[in-house]
Amino acid sequence: MIGAIGTKVEAGERLDAAEAAALFRHPNVAELGLLANAVRRRKHPQSVVTYNVGRNINYTNVCWVKCDFCAFYRPPGSGEGYVLPREEIFAKIDALVEVGGDAPKSCELLMQGGLNPKLRLDYYEELLAAIRERYPMVHVHSLSATEIIYIAHLSRLPLEETVQRLRDAGLDSIPGAGAEILSDEVRDIIGFRKDRTEEWLEVHRIAHRLGMQTTATMMYGHVETVEQRVEHLQRIRDLQDEAGRFTAFIAWNFQPDHTDLAADGSRWNGMKATGFDHLRTVAVARLFLDNIDNFQASWVTQGPKIAQVSLHYGINDFGSTMLEENVVSAAGTSHTEEMEMESMKRLIRDAGFKPQRRNTAYVPVEEPAEETEVVA
Amino acid sequence: MGFAGLIEQVGLADIHARVLAGERLSVDDGLRLYACDDLPVLGYLANLVRERKNGDAAYYVRNQHINYTNICNKLCKFCSFYVKPKDEKGYVLTPQQVGARVREYEEFPITEIHMVGGVNPKLPYDYYLDVLRAMKEARPGVRLKAFTMIEVAQIQRIAKKPLEEVFADMKEAGLESLPGGGAEVFSERVQGDLFWTKSDSEEWLRIAAVAHRCGLSSNATMLYGHIENTEEKIYHLSRLREVQDETGGFLCYIPLSFHPERTELEQLPGPTGCLDLKEVAVGRLMLDNFPHVKTFWIMNTIEISQTALWYGADDIDGTVMDYEITRKRQEETQQRLTQRELLERIVEAGRAPVERDSLYNVVADGAELLPEVAGGTAAGGAGGTAAGRAG
Repeated sequence: MIGAIGTKVEAGERLDAAEAAALFRHPNVAELGLLANAVRRRKHPQSVVTYNVGRNINYTNVCWVKCDFCAFYRPPGSGEGYVLPREEIFAKIDALVEVGGDAPKSCELLMQGGLNPKLRLDYYEELLAAIRERYPMVHVHSLSATEIIYIAHLSRLPLEETVQRLRDAGLDSIPGAGAEILSDEVRDIIGFRKDRTEEWLEVHRIAHRLGMQTTATMMYGHVETVEQRVEHLQRIRDLQDEAGRFTAFIAWNFQPDHTDLAADGSRWNGMKATGFDHLRTVAVARLFLDNIDNFQASWVTQGPKIAQVSLHYGINDFGSTMLEENVVSAAGTSHTEEMEMESMKRLIRDAGFKPQRRNTAYVPVEEPAEETEVVA
Repeated sequence: MGFAGLIEQVGLADIHARVLAGERLSVDDGLRLYACDDLPVLGYLANLVRERKNGDAAYYVRNQHINYTNICNKLCKFCSFYVKPKDEKGYVLTPQQVGARVREYEEFPITEIHMVGGVNPKLPYDYYLDVLRAMKEARPGVRLKAFTMIEVAQIQRIAKKPLEEVFADMKEAGLESLPGGGAEVFSERVQGDLFWTKSDSEEWLRIAAVAHRCGLSSNATMLYGHIENTEEKIYHLSRLREVQDETGGFLCYIPLSFHPERTELEQLPGPTGCLDLKEVAVGRLMLDNFPHVKTFWIMNTIEISQTALWYGADDIDGTVMDYEITRKRQEETQQRLTQRELLERIVEAGRAPVERDSLYNVVADGAELLPEVAGGTAAGGAGGTAAGRAG
């Protein structure tokens, strides 16, 4: 089987779902890496690994959806709920710009939050407009499909109009969070109040139609089967064929600590997906998703060793420097503090690649002068 | 194609051909392997050798580690374990205390005790033999693997006897093999900077060869990821290979990933995941006369070690009790895995777990110890956890 798949990969032919499932069950990871590397080299002939200067801001942790795989949210009415005041958001953006410099749209801002029933479209429009006016160097890559659906619902507006108004106010692109596994059977088990597969896809379809770029993600390693992982990849590939504005794919494993899902033995078998599984998963994704250019490492969940090795398993981008991360950290994993920019560059070089900063649209960005001097 | 074409693309077709033909790789080949940044190519090549020698097996051992003293006069810069003689944190376990440590784990089905310690000039010759006897008495069925070549050099100095007689005494006291530590990197340059007080590489190799001739097998290590260069590493591997040609006494090669935390080399970043896998692969490819290559999961992380089972390693060490030399932050390297966890990881990686003793005698078929895990991954192992999660 691997020989036949290898032949198709070499010829640049598209793999089908059965082949992807066979790859997920193929134990020889080095062979998966060889094939994924070949595809990656075809798409990115230069030995470059890109990265992005960016930060997270979790503007609210209030969320009524109560997904069982999440340890970050607080339900409405909880004493631990918050909405960040605007000055605090600006202070965090100031810290980002200090690191990232002031080239237009060169610093990525990933604002994500819970589904907070108090925040309607006007809150977001005002916030986005204020950021756009104040920070021309910031690219606002914010709000997941899930949040956008909820904003539309709260504001009693059609989805398309909501996306359009957010875009007009200053939303530059939409991150792929909330995809989890795009299979309603899986969503029923892990977060039944959340948007359905079709709804997630529809937000991205609309955004693409409006000319916005988005990313696609996958959270694996909870209750899904191999076939459901493949189904997820298939849905993403189909939408990309149709709409075509996914810039990147990012996969990470379910982080179980402090989540309701992990506490429920009838739904979760207690085995956190391993780094080994991660390498295999990103390699298969690279092989199957032939219409997506960029694949991001997930060093926040995988740590520096596996994240670096993944550069040889189809990954061509180290993602964002992520000055702050709260969501998966709440579920036990945090490799953020150890991933300063210099050590990230060292990992990239040590793996045999040249680090190159990019913006959210994957266009190269020059580092501010004092930064580039450090590069030996 | 497919894989041959991809290997040709990175310029290693001739090495691939030699690996397939079972021919020995040269020093120059080794340098080219180190220079190759295409990690999966190295894994693919090393796996050909690994499967030829060891099939699908992933060996593990259940052992207890004992460090009889932390007092050491060698002052190696890469070590965070030792204290100098007279330091108040120094300790020496008496033979009785060592016996008691062994009895503490009586109810665990351990087959091996791995014991090493500092080079403590105060200890008399009889101490070492008494410690061996105490362990053997506390647990007669267990196999004793003890003393790096560096400790042996010290013991011989104190014994004032030929090495052959020292090994004969140790064998009589219960020693069956040596763990192979203290080799570091066979390089005068590295030694001059990091461990100048220690036996040099030729001394290490000479002691190993005598041990082998005396009927004691050993492992061989290489500590990488500090200041060494690839030429020095290839020299190290080729010297090990030469001695193995003479004696055949090495069981396993163990590349050791350097951990800079709390050593004098703390400013170094430490080896990366790519280097960990590369060392396993290059070691497997160069050491064609070594039966086994180990990925020591406590140092490499379990996740890199799972992957290393496809990069040349056929041994993952084991469920280790009391490993004190490389303490790490909890979230980075758990110190212990239960046997079940270890087996699950091996099976997930698509390999067949085999419990071994010190000498690679099979103790148990790991898959039989964990039928539900093995059964859940009938489709070649990989994808098992996901398949097993079908809810």
